[in-house]
Amino acid sequence: MFNYLFLCTLLFVIGALGMMARRNLLVMFMSIELMLNAVNLLLVYFSSIHGDAQGQVFVFFVMAVAAAEITIGLAILVMIYRNIKSIGIEQLKNLKW
Amino acid sequence: MDNILFYILSGISIGSALLVVLSKNPIYSVLSLIITFASISGHLLLLSAEFLAIVNLIVYAGAIMVLFLFVIMMLNLNETTEKNSNLISKLAATGAAGLLLISLVYIFKSYQVGQFSTQQLTEDFGSAHQLGKILFNEFLLPFEISSVLFLSAMIGAVMLGKKDLKQH
Repeated sequence: MFNYLFLCTLLFVIGALGMMARRNLLVMFMSIELMLNAVNLLLVYFSSIHGDAQGQVFVFFVMAVAAAEITIGLAILVMIYRNIKSIGIEQLKNLKW
Repeated sequence: MDNILFYILSGISIGSALLVVLSKNPIYSVLSLIITFASISGHLLLLSAEFLAIVNLIVYAGAIMVLFLFVIMMLNLNETTEKNSNLISKLAATGAAGLLLISLVYIFKSYQVGQFSTQQLTEDFGSAHQLGKILFNEFLLPFEISSVLFLSAMIGAVMLGKKDLKQH
């Protein structure tokens, strides 16, 4: 019963939980990485089941997008830290009505 | 044998993924995220995707996690900065995640996937040779476009990282 489908679902939900529950920007980025990795694992699983390696090539592109995203995200994080001396997002409420 | 390995690796990955989310100190989060990535690489090895397992280990555990550790140590963030943990929002987040889990499991429960076995795969499945052939035939255009993505990410990171753009 417990197979890769449910493992990846569980990992994705843990990542989503971290995204919603935590207020630390760094931990939120790590949760995004967790969700991306869960999806990667599921892509590789389906590519292995079907014997088609195109799914594995697609994982490369997911990794590339994740690497680019994390570079920009950490640069923005450093900028935020320089401006408000904290990375808790509860202080970023200028756009809140 | 494969089943036992799968259950052990699944336990490690889920436990360390929970540690990433639940631990107060960001350094512990990063370290447990490295353990999660290592166990996911183990899963990829079980699925006979050897090249991707090594790439996963190098790119994630090697490069991205070092970037995270650099940021944590450069900004000196190892003490907890999360002051007022709002209980209501945490409960709401947990409830929403639980609902997501329930609905996804309900969808996947009736989904019949074939049983995975390494016998049905060809000899060089998941090798660098085969992946490279696919990458440079069918996926050549996305491959070239991703270089533009990396260039823009690089320029963006440099622009954002500069202290004062107006003075230059």
